[in-house]
This record gives sequence, C-alpha cells and structure tokens, in this order.
Amino acid sequence: MHRHLFLAQRFSALLLAPLVLAHIALIIIAVRHGLTAEEILSRTRGSVVWAVFYGGFVIAAAIHAPIGIRTILNEWTPLNGNIINAFAIAFALVVLVLGLRAVIAVTVVTG
Amino acid sequence: MNGLRTHRSYVAFLGHRLSGIALAIFLPIHFIVLGLALSGAENLDRMLAFTDLALVKFAEWGLVMLLSIHLFFGVRVLMLELTKWPNRTDPRSDWIVPSVIAALAIGVVFLLQL
Amino acid sequence: MNLEAAAQSVNLHVKIWRGKDDGGLQSYEVPMRDNQTVLDIITEVQRRHEPALAYRFACRVGVCGSCAMTVNGKPRWTCRTHVKAVVGKTNSLLAAPAITIEPLRNLPRIKDLVCDLTPFFDKWQRAGGKFTGTATRRDPARRIDPQNDARRAANAAIECINCAVCYSACDVVAWDANYLGPAALNRTWTLINDKRHAEQSTTLEKALAAGGCTSCHSQGNCTRSCPVELSPAESIAGLKRAAFFGLPRTR
Repeated sequence: MHRHLFLAQRFSALLLAPLVLAHIALIIIAVRHGLTAEEILSRTRGSVVWAVFYGGFVIAAAIHAPIGIRTILNEWTPLNGNIINAFAIAFALVVLVLGLRAVIAVTVVTG
Repeated sequence: MNGLRTHRSYVAFLGHRLSGIALAIFLPIHFIVLGLALSGAENLDRMLAFTDLALVKFAEWGLVMLLSIHLFFGVRVLMLELTKWPNRTDPRSDWIVPSVIAALAIGVVFLLQL
Repeated sequence: MNLEAAAQSVNLHVKIWRGKDDGGLQSYEVPMRDNQTVLDIITEVQRRHEPALAYRFACRVGVCGSCAMTVNGKPRWTCRTHVKAVVGKTNSLLAAPAITIEPLRNLPRIKDLVCDLTPFFDKWQRAGGKFTGTATRRDPARRIDPQNDARRAANAAIECINCAVCYSACDVVAWDANYLGPAALNRTWTLINDKRHAEQSTTLEKALAAGGCTSCHSQGNCTRSCPVELSPAESIAGLKRAAFFGLPRTR
C-alpha cells in the first residue's frame, strides 16, 4: 500500500474509534426505547450536533473502508490493480453519497 | 490449516478482516434504509416494522458484534503501530481475548435491550 | 520378533517433495530413532533410498540456516527440529507417525527440497538493505552509545542470517508478489536506527513505498517462526511508527 493511503486509513481509524464507541452506545439506547421512525427522527431532526457527528462518521468511513477493501482485493483476488483502484474509488463515492444523503435525511429534511 | 493460521495474532487479523468485509457490505444497505426517511417517516416505519422480525434482530445483534470486534481489534492494531511494544516478540496478544470478551459483553447488553 | 522389539522398531512414514512445481510427494519409510532430527531423516533417505534427492545443508548444528524447509506445513531449520517434536508422542500400535517435508514456501523451486533464494535477496536490496558509510578508514571510529534506544533497537534485530524462514511463514508474501517481506524490512529497521548509515531518509522511503512495511498486517507468523528469536513484526511496526513520527533519534 502506498504510504499516503496507509496514513489516511490509520488517521480515519483514529477518528472512527471514538465515533464507533459512541454509535454503539446510541444503538443500545435507541433499541431500548424502541425503533420507530418517530422515535429516531424526533431526536435527530434539526440537530447540528447529529449532523456534524454523523457527517464526520460518514466521511471517515468513506476513507477507511475503501482502502481496506482495496487491500483485500489485491491480496485475495486475481483482479488487475487498476480495476481494484477504480472499484475502491467507486465504493468510496457510494459510501460518501449514500451516507451524506442518509445524514441529511434524518437531520435536515422535514417529511 | 497448520499452526501458522491458528495462533492468536493470526486469528485477530482474520477477525478484523472478515468483520471489515461484512461491515463494508452492510454499510451501503444501512445508509439506504436510513435514507428512506427522506420519503417520509411512514416509509422508514414500514422498514423499521420489518426489523421486528426475529431474524432481523439476530442480524442486528450480529452487526453490533461485528462492529465491536472490528473496533477492538482495530484499536489493537493502532496500538501496535503507534506505540512501542512492551514485549519485543509479542504483538500485544494480551489484548486479543479481552477484545473478544468486550465485544461479547456489548452483544449481551444489546440483547438485553431488545 | 516379539511384541516389545516390534514396538521399538517404529517406522516413520516420510513424504518428501520431489521435482519442481509440477512434482509431487514421494513416500519413504525410515526407522524412528532417539535424538533424530528431520535433517537426519532426509540424509538417511538420500543415502539409503534416493541418491538423486536434492537438499541443502551446511553446519548441521543450528547456526547457518541453510537447511530451512517446510516440515508438516511449518518452515523450520531441519537440523534443529527433533522428529519427536513434530510427530508428538505416537503410539505405534494406533497411528503411524508421519512427516511431510517440502521446500520453503514463497520461493521458486529448483529441485526437490532446494529453492532459489534470489527473489529473497533481491527484495533485501530493494528494501534499502545496503549499508552506506559516512566515514573513511582515515576517520576516527564513530562513538556509538550502546545504551542509546536506537542502537538497542538495531541490536535486537541485527542477528538475522537471512535463512528465509520468516519469508516462507508470511501469508502476505504469499498473497502479494510486491511485498518485500519480514527479513528485508527487519534489515531496513536496523539501518534507520544506525547513526553511521548515510542514507537513513532514503532507506525509510524505500520501506514506506508500495510493497513495503505498509503491507504488513501484524499477523506475527514471522516472529513466531524465527529460529534466532528475532521479531521482524516488531521491526516492521517500528517502520510504521517512523511513517507517523519520522526517523528514530539516533543521537
């Protein structure tokens, strides 16, 4: 792996560690209160804190996961390097776009 | 499999990698489901009612476990790569079993909330 | 022959790789003896059963690393591997003790148990393993503090004799043809901790390039297998630390 990809993945991991811990705690709390749209959205709608927290989460994940998948494809499949890089970039965009859309869906849009 | 793939730090590598693959597959699906809130709370509710199924609850528990395992094994990797090792020939293998126990504990707490 | 004598003359079922990549395992029977090493078995097979068997050895006493091969799936020095340690306590009446001996993994095969170590040494060079001095014979000797952290780090890794056991044990070497491997990177670590080495920065760059230390996943097979009890995994972790924090202080 190139040095810059390595550093990007480790830095995004450092960011993700506390975010994931917080997310696990939030999941447990949310499940306890019952998973309905009303329950979730009443807490997230209009909240800047949620938007920043989960927006940052999505961006970090969009960096971290594709670099990991790229390494796995390189080591465990016979696919060509350029194809793997293209797939990793595409995956990053999918995570970023779908993720930020989801963050907007629960924090911004009134439905 | 011979002894080269059954010792603790290899199993930790495998656990981290396999949980990462599972999470990478799950992540876009997760975002799509949340994005259903865009089309109104009703659609999200319909999806969330689906999550009442036992099989889905089991899958949720599985994902919480995978996320926890990936987190704790990942923090161990960060420790290995950012700090000096207390024991030169041991890649912090004493972190491995506690990581699994912590993930199991989170799994149990999650189950208790269901 | 009574039962006791029969039980004492236990035969080892030995499978040895013959040929190159397209070869196969061939079976031989060798009497099991006290204080028998795997190299003893190979020697006996070559002398009594298979004169054409090709294998490497030199010192026979666990110092040179020439006899490294794969024994029951693990890379080891055959002269330092007791047969009893590999087959375990075997009751000859229930299960026949068996050993499979193959050439080292991850290296091109020449014949039978002999591999070509050229790619291993090429990677050693590519990782920046060559020392470049800053002084000439006319300069006074450099004073090196043996208690300096960097010197101690270099000392802990310097005894590598390039036997390629770690290289064979490493799965990433098997999966990624570009990966320089544990021995080469361990060597690099000793050089970036050596204040006499003129090209510390260049050497570090080589270690951090594609195929370098960033490909290691800390599985630890290398450290577990090293017959000299070195820890390439720790050296590689040190190189990664240098990616974050820069060269170690050697002054």
